[in-house]
Amino acid sequence: MSEPTGRRRGDGALLDALLGPGVPELGCDECFAELDRYVELELARREVDDLVPGMRAHLAGCPACAEEYRSLRDLLGADEVRAPR
Amino acid sequence: MTIPTETAGQAPDESSALWLARLRADGAEREAALGELHELLLRAARFEIGRRRESLSHLRPGDHEELACQTADDALLAILAKLDDFRGESRFTTWAYKFALLEAGVKVRRRAWQGKEIPLEEEAWATFAGAARAERGAEDRELFAAIGEEIERSLGARQREVLVAIALNDVPIDVLAERLHSNRGAIYKNLHDARRKLRAALAERGFELDLYLDRKEER
Repeated sequence: MSEPTGRRRGDGALLDALLGPGVPELGCDECFAELDRYVELELARREVDDLVPGMRAHLAGCPACAEEYRSLRDLLGADEVRAPR
Repeated sequence: MTIPTETAGQAPDESSALWLARLRADGAEREAALGELHELLLRAARFEIGRRRESLSHLRPGDHEELACQTADDALLAILAKLDDFRGESRFTTWAYKFALLEAGVKVRRRAWQGKEIPLEEEAWATFAGAARAERGAEDRELFAAIGEEIERSLGARQREVLVAIALNDVPIDVLAERLHSNRGAIYKNLHDARRKLRAALAERGFELDLYLDRKEER
């Protein structure tokens, strides 16, 4: 039996995990559909929260989608370093 | 939720259009494009698996590369099945990358939890409640006690199971979805509904959650 791990986090992170973002958010399928566009807009320094409403809240509430967002952002960043446009 | 698609309906950029044309062509041209796309996906898979190396420390040397190849193969199939869904709102390569990152993320999370049991709900909550009593001040104890009561009282069985597993025990959503014979979207809906009910129940009891969360961030 593995040990529960939640209690080791700070109160803020634990409350966030229990209570979620508390504002309208996308679902996981919508998040995946928008992810490529969202990351490109963000890297182009566009106002992503207006263009893809609910995405930031979902990324705050869903650890798995948030990991994929960070990975795509960093992978594109690494591509830029390899082959700057 | 309605999403304004500022870029919806626009034609793909030149490079993306070329990818689409080559993948829809016949013979050698398509084969070459498939080979290039597989290489691209393999690069994304290696990138993702490399980032998560720590959670795969139990794997043998060579297993990482095998996992990357499986990821690239599965992502390629998913992309070919959804090629008509590409809307040209990003570069084709960015769109393709996300399939490889999703496949890699799911595979890594499941491998990391292979053979592990999901902690029992009652056990997890009892541990959490005990820690709350021991480590927190009066105000925090009150809130955490109320959270415990409302998780018991206000949530349905599936909502409680999902919330405790993900929020208290850090069980990855894909692992939980697999164990419950469900999918990520449905499990997140359970989590979302549980959080919404919990917030509403706490608000009804007079807790000003946003103020509380803001204070926690400042600490």
